[in-house]
Amino acid sequence: MSAVTKADPAGPAGSARPLSERRPLGDISFQALALAAGLLVLVILVLIAISTSQQASSWFSTEGVKIFSSTWNPSANQFGALPFIYGTAVTAIIALVIAVPVSVAIALLLTEVVPYRWSRPIVYVIDLLAVIPSVVWGLWGILVFAPWIQHIYASVSSGVNGIPVLDSLFGGPTSGASFFTAGIILAFMITPIVTSLSREVIATVPAIDKEGAYALGATRWEMIRGAVWPHSQAGVVGAVLLGLGRAMGETIAVALVIGSSATITSHLLAPGYNMPAVIANEFGEASGLFRAALIGMGVLLFAFTIIINVIARAVVERSGRRKRGA
Amino acid sequence: MAVTTGQQTADLREPPSWRRSKNRIATVLMITAFVLVIIPLGFVLYTVIAKGISIISWQFLTASIPPNVLPASIGGMGPAVVGTLEITALATVLAVPLGVLGAVYLNEYGGNKLLAKIIGFMSDVMTGVPSIVMGLFIFSIWVLHFGYSGLAGALALGCLMLPIVIRSTYEMLRLVPDPLREASYALGASKARVTVTVVLPTALGGIVSGALLAIARAAGETAPLLFTILTVTTVNRNVFSGANTSLPSQIFANASSPYVGAQARGWGAALTLIAIAFILMVIARLVTARFSRHLR
Repeated sequence: MSAVTKADPAGPAGSARPLSERRPLGDISFQALALAAGLLVLVILVLIAISTSQQASSWFSTEGVKIFSSTWNPSANQFGALPFIYGTAVTAIIALVIAVPVSVAIALLLTEVVPYRWSRPIVYVIDLLAVIPSVVWGLWGILVFAPWIQHIYASVSSGVNGIPVLDSLFGGPTSGASFFTAGIILAFMITPIVTSLSREVIATVPAIDKEGAYALGATRWEMIRGAVWPHSQAGVVGAVLLGLGRAMGETIAVALVIGSSATITSHLLAPGYNMPAVIANEFGEASGLFRAALIGMGVLLFAFTIIINVIARAVVERSGRRKRGA
Repeated sequence: MAVTTGQQTADLREPPSWRRSKNRIATVLMITAFVLVIIPLGFVLYTVIAKGISIISWQFLTASIPPNVLPASIGGMGPAVVGTLEITALATVLAVPLGVLGAVYLNEYGGNKLLAKIIGFMSDVMTGVPSIVMGLFIFSIWVLHFGYSGLAGALALGCLMLPIVIRSTYEMLRLVPDPLREASYALGASKARVTVTVVLPTALGGIVSGALLAIARAAGETAPLLFTILTVTTVNRNVFSGANTSLPSQIFANASSPYVGAQARGWGAALTLIAIAFILMVIARLVTARFSRHLR
């Protein structure tokens, strides 16, 4: 390098500036600016953890392990988060049970069945689901969907009366606004992301594997089972985990349709509550320990979703790398 | 199709069997899955349009928000429209330049450095942080000290948009061919100059369309605004101080109201919000289409 930097005075005018001249200040400051913007992501994540934990510290210190107790009674200053953690898990699981088969099926439809010129419009339609804001899902859910499905719930509940497992899941008291309604609305909302991620993963299956399966006389379904599925399994698991993270954190739609009742029950058609919904609904009136408890639930939610997202991204990235290497 | 020879040709095709039926069942199930998704989507869009179109007018978009008990014919969503526009615009001004710069760091300066890998990974993870947590974060760090304001709402929305802008911009910068950069270096340009005058303009279309999709997403968010702007019913043209309102917060408030008039205004606001998001999405698609034609 240094050999080149010796400027030749006899060279053409203007080209005499040595190559390793000190970098201009503008160049260095631009790099610093870009680095700062990149670091901002890490700073924000750390600040979220610190500032919210600080505001919630009185809840953590007064209640101790009792933050996981099942009694939630703000008027008696008892703030156990278990009903909400339970509700978050239940609604998210219902959403996944509905959304995952549907999303994977659509992803397979898009990649393996329909011709390319049809797949574009289908993708647009699925993306439209993601354009509808959460609060509009909630508005529709509580004013249109819940009143409609409540009759179905009622007949299901009386239909399963006395049948061992089904009775404890779908029997008992029913309400239009319930765990199950929240789960269905969440399923609509996470379908676009699970579909598009699964589609990306499935699209990386090498054509030669698929052609090999066809050459052996496989039907399309056998080709999917034998060539596509083993190849994309891990990536689809990652997509499902990302969908789970979304379903756990989705707030406003759920706050409107879950029924707002802090109970732990196996009856899915009964009203319930979950962490984001209780924060959204109760925060306005809360102060002191109550507010600390709500922010504390935000901290728990943050921790759960970060853990799930880290695992999901790691799974997706690893499966992607393995494929590129192959 | 069949080649006719003297004798009867053997039919080599397999007789319809369970294997073929299974294949057909699988295909039908995949199509059913798609139909299952179209039904609620159509249902929601139909309801919002049918209930919203009758109430939407210029008056609805500009008039002040009346008390919930009043019928749908009176008042409108003016303050919420103003609030949504100013808060989303401010969030865009905050998040898009920072997001683009962050992506520039990741793609132009980061390379294979460990720090760049960590930032890229954590930025993806940050897209998964629930929006309500962003609201609580800005409440703890800003609202408790400086009070409710449109700015606080914009900060919360900006935090949501930042990782989305970083990801979409990064994907676009990766597509810029290296020879373009090398040609500019060969002309003696500094790295900053190459980035600003060659790399970013080349990727501009993709960056803009990614940013528009991030804005569309932020405009519909309610949860981060609940604790940062404190839904009010009066218009607040000063985005930097004082409580404010927005279309999503107003829909949330009206959805749980028992009054028919308030619910009707909620549907009108929902249609307005979907229209805004839809227009942004269409513009993004047009920009992308134009951009990809440009590259060819």
